[in-house]
Amino acid sequence: MALASRKRQSIISPTQWVTLLVVAAFVIVPFYTTALGGFKEIGELRVNPFGFPASWDPVRFVEILGGPRYFSSLWNSFLIAAGTVVLTTLVASMTAFALAHIKFFGSKFILGYLMLGLLFPSATGILPLFIKMRDLGMLDSHWGIIIVQVAFSVSFSVLLFHNFFKELPKELIDAARMDNCGYIKIYWYVTLPLSLPIIATVGVFNFVGSWNSFLLPLIVLNSEAKYTWPLGIMQFQGQYGSDWPRILAFLTLSILPAIGFFLLAQRYIISGLTGGAVKG
Amino acid sequence: MPASGRASKVGEDQYMASVATGADITTSVGTRRRRYMDRKSLPALLLFLPPALILFTLFVVLPMVDAATFSFFDWNGYGPITDFVGFENYADVLTHRHFGTAVRNSLIVVAVSLVVQLPLAMWCAIALAERAVHINVLRTLFFLPFMLAEVAAGLIWNFVYDGNYGLLPAIGGAIGVEMPFVLGDKIWVIPAIMLVITWKYFGFHMMIFIAGLQSIPSEVIEAARLDGVKKWQIVRHIKIPMIRSAIVISVFFAITGALQLFDLIIPLSNGGPSHSSHTIVTFLYQFGILRMKLGFGGAISVILFIACVVVALAYRRILFRVEQN
Repeated sequence: MALASRKRQSIISPTQWVTLLVVAAFVIVPFYTTALGGFKEIGELRVNPFGFPASWDPVRFVEILGGPRYFSSLWNSFLIAAGTVVLTTLVASMTAFALAHIKFFGSKFILGYLMLGLLFPSATGILPLFIKMRDLGMLDSHWGIIIVQVAFSVSFSVLLFHNFFKELPKELIDAARMDNCGYIKIYWYVTLPLSLPIIATVGVFNFVGSWNSFLLPLIVLNSEAKYTWPLGIMQFQGQYGSDWPRILAFLTLSILPAIGFFLLAQRYIISGLTGGAVKG
Repeated sequence: MPASGRASKVGEDQYMASVATGADITTSVGTRRRRYMDRKSLPALLLFLPPALILFTLFVVLPMVDAATFSFFDWNGYGPITDFVGFENYADVLTHRHFGTAVRNSLIVVAVSLVVQLPLAMWCAIALAERAVHINVLRTLFFLPFMLAEVAAGLIWNFVYDGNYGLLPAIGGAIGVEMPFVLGDKIWVIPAIMLVITWKYFGFHMMIFIAGLQSIPSEVIEAARLDGVKKWQIVRHIKIPMIRSAIVISVFFAITGALQLFDLIIPLSNGGPSHSSHTIVTFLYQFGILRMKLGFGGAISVILFIACVVVALAYRRILFRVEQN
């Protein structure tokens, strides 16, 4: 025990510990004051920025939870994110399967074409995209956002699936094919059940991306009833101006589900971000 | 965020793809079997490929082509597109008094990311690449802001900076310094935004570095340690050189992230005061999208697209060189 702890101390020096704790404070303080701010009166914020509130009366939180906006905007975001994840997973894994396991003329070209999407940020084409969605009657609808987000996520998701499928033992596919099993069946009964880790990674990654997205819903949605939570929170802030306790309470309630989800799904997110990007 | 999370793998994947195809072509596979596969694979191809290809073409590729087309016309989004103006939109963008500010701000974001954010991330990563419970807690904590929606992060910091009730004036009051309304101040607004960017994204870069550091074989470090090499010499001469490719990727993300910064700016400063904190995308939003000037907006899109392609090509060259060494 003693040896182990001494060894650990030699790994991280006191200087490092001090800076790590300073950085930790830098990260925590905004969260901490946001969470407490919802309980404080507006005057209290200035005179007592770090201390506990005078009373823990959750009146603002109760009001927001009982109000119409909070749950409906979270629900809208959830519907869009869930739809995006299901569709992207299906579409991207099918494409990646075809590109990884079926040999046909032009497969490399198609992969290269889809990878073009990694080159430029989605914001570049946002204005013509708006026109296109308008002409197709996709504005102010959740499914319009879902379809476009699937299109945006296809490149990265196909890449992750493709890398994973290439690593699967080829014998499995060959054996299934010898048994006269068609590719569609192989995809559904052999490849997908073996791919749960990558499905989780791609799914979590796209879920978070959709949950946090702002620009696309901002441009597409008009009616307040359809607002996602980032739009709802911006509107809430616009409405209450500098009634900070109320805004902070709304913020706290809005980011709590995301923090909970993050703590549960952390390793999938990290493997999605770093998987394939970093190798030795 | 997803956009920034993608770009690193292009070069590598193409490399992998070519290796994989090379391995696939085994001479033992006869032509008869290959023909059998072709016939058999047609329904699968017809089912599997079109959805992705159609969606991607319709909503990712075509809008870029449209942007290029629009950029040569004067169009407000309604009626036929007839008013050809040549390169006038490009001239308008380049001479716009706030476009220069937007480009300058984007470059500042890149510079500060490279000089402050990445070294901070590296410093934390070197300490936190070890495996231990209390280290995991710190790692999760540092990564947390990255997971937060930009809008939420922007609003939290809008409160921190608020001149009347925020944290910053409260801290200033405690030490007897009168703090300005940083987000309403032309000089302070950019440093204030940079602090938020560092807070939000350093954990992401830290994670990339940690993944790189953990992939260094422990024998290498052990051998150096047994030879009596000092800890910081190991960091300087072994660890950092060995995770060069992770660093290149981080730099790339920092640059593309800066080029597409939008969500964070809107809740913080909304491009203000008096348009002094625009980035390229908020500039596009403010002057192209909100005013439905499609030609103007298209020209910005094309310029942004060219910038991204240049960065990506330069990146591939650098990555290639790094991997050769």
